Amino acid sequence: MLALQDVHTYYGKSHILHGVSIDVRPGEVVGLLGRNGVGKSTTLKTIMGLVRPAQGRVVFDNHDVGGMPPYRVARIGIGYVPEDRRIFRLLTVLENLRTGLDRHGLNEARREQLLEKVYTNFPVLRERRNQAGGTLSGGEQQMLAIARAMMLEPKVILLDEPTEGLMPRMVGQIHQIIKVLHAEGVAILLVEQNVPLTLEVSDRVYIMEKGVVRHHAPAAELRANHAVIHQYLGI
Amino acid sequence: MDAFLIQTLNGIVNGMILALVASGLTLIFGIMDVVNFAHGELFMLGAYAGVVWLAITGNFWAALLAAAVTIAVLSAVLQVVALRPLLGRDPLYTILGTFGISLVLQNYALWQFGPVPRKLTEPLTGHFRFFYLEYPYYRIVMALLSAAIIGALWAFLKYGKYGIWIRATTQDRVMAAAMGIPVPIVHTVVFAIGASMAAASGVLFGPLVGVTHAMGADWVLKAFVVVVVGGMGNLAGSILASIFISLLEAYASLIVSPAQAVIVAFVALIVTLLVRPTGLFVPTPK
Repeated sequence: MLALQDVHTYYGKSHILHGVSIDVRPGEVVGLLGRNGVGKSTTLKTIMGLVRPAQGRVVFDNHDVGGMPPYRVARIGIGYVPEDRRIFRLLTVLENLRTGLDRHGLNEARREQLLEKVYTNFPVLRERRNQAGGTLSGGEQQMLAIARAMMLEPKVILLDEPTEGLMPRMVGQIHQIIKVLHAEGVAILLVEQNVPLTLEVSDRVYIMEKGVVRHHAPAAELRANHAVIHQYLGI
Repeated sequence: MDAFLIQTLNGIVNGMILALVASGLTLIFGIMDVVNFAHGELFMLGAYAGVVWLAITGNFWAALLAAAVTIAVLSAVLQVVALRPLLGRDPLYTILGTFGISLVLQNYALWQFGPVPRKLTEPLTGHFRFFYLEYPYYRIVMALLSAAIIGALWAFLKYGKYGIWIRATTQDRVMAAAMGIPVPIVHTVVFAIGASMAAASGVLFGPLVGVTHAMGADWVLKAFVVVVVGGMGNLAGSILASIFISLLEAYASLIVSPAQAVIVAFVALIVTLLVRPTGLFVPTPK
């Protein structure tokens, strides 16, 4: 469904991705592990159209996504939850959600339905719907960022370090959210530093090092064999 | 005391027109980080468009509307052709870009309409007695209409579907795009809205001074002062600052001559930059 084929990306003159190939199938949770600065976030940004690949192809549902403007990428069904969450701080919670709801071909009933679903999954967002996004706690902002992406009814969500900077209790909640998304049939490409969480929720895992994918295996295999994790991630 | 009340009224009336110019300017800066040096020329072209449309339609209000639409279309084209390719680069590019546009537009107006001021006839000629002064109704209508346009803009930003798009894009254009909001189109539309507000103020203000190719310069300078004093990109701040600065100027002209009173605006600017460079009317960041 989503496939990167030999993608090379540059920031100015620095060569960040050296030929990354990854694929995500419908409804699948795919983990992307690696140390800081190996190009995990850049991979997601490239998919989203925020960075233009210099070489290689990004294909999603038979669309060639590489070089498409980000708003069109979002409209064809790719949701993005960035690393720093990037809540619209001065917009209320409801307005944050509405940024993804005001699109063509979505009638009022369907809008209500989508909101209702999110409020059921995240009751705290219903409570705080008229509060400015910037006043939420870190964990609540993370929920809002994920809920906001869900408003687009994406086929795949790109999650960039959702547990970063959260209290351990909240990490458990993110785990739950990933399960909910999975149950809804949304595919997830999960970038994480939290190895145990990633191995637990993912179906397959890619391990990146210096801008290339070094290893690729089913998560179950990595759970059983810690040597690989140790070799690439040093833990 | 009479003079004080008269100057209060004058200050508020001038402040509303200034607010109309400044809110367009601050809207454009807020969303695109573009300091639009051509804003005064859009104000001036709006006034000329008003002259032309008044000759065609014979109705001032129709001419006001038509001029605003004309300038909106023109500025949308300008934005796509001259500004869109420069967005995201160093601010110097857009400063030079809009400065260039301003020179071209000013000289176009001079070439097209000549150096003699054109007259825009005011639609209302009545007066009412305000202490010892015959105060024209038109000035009151002008202020109220400016307030109404600004109010409509505010309501649109607050409640409209596209208003949310504009506010989201202003706060984080990358994330807005990732939510499926067509950011380049939003930019063009906002530029057109800001320009049409400048054009509307040009038409409204035209009857008081006569329309010339250089009429934009004074206003845009004052509008810049207001935008800085009110806090860059902050709409409510710009409106408050417009009234604040205009009142200051009006009161100052009780003491010194009106020509010297203009200095007050710049003193306010300098004091603001020294004391509170983020703007007087922005909440203190926590």
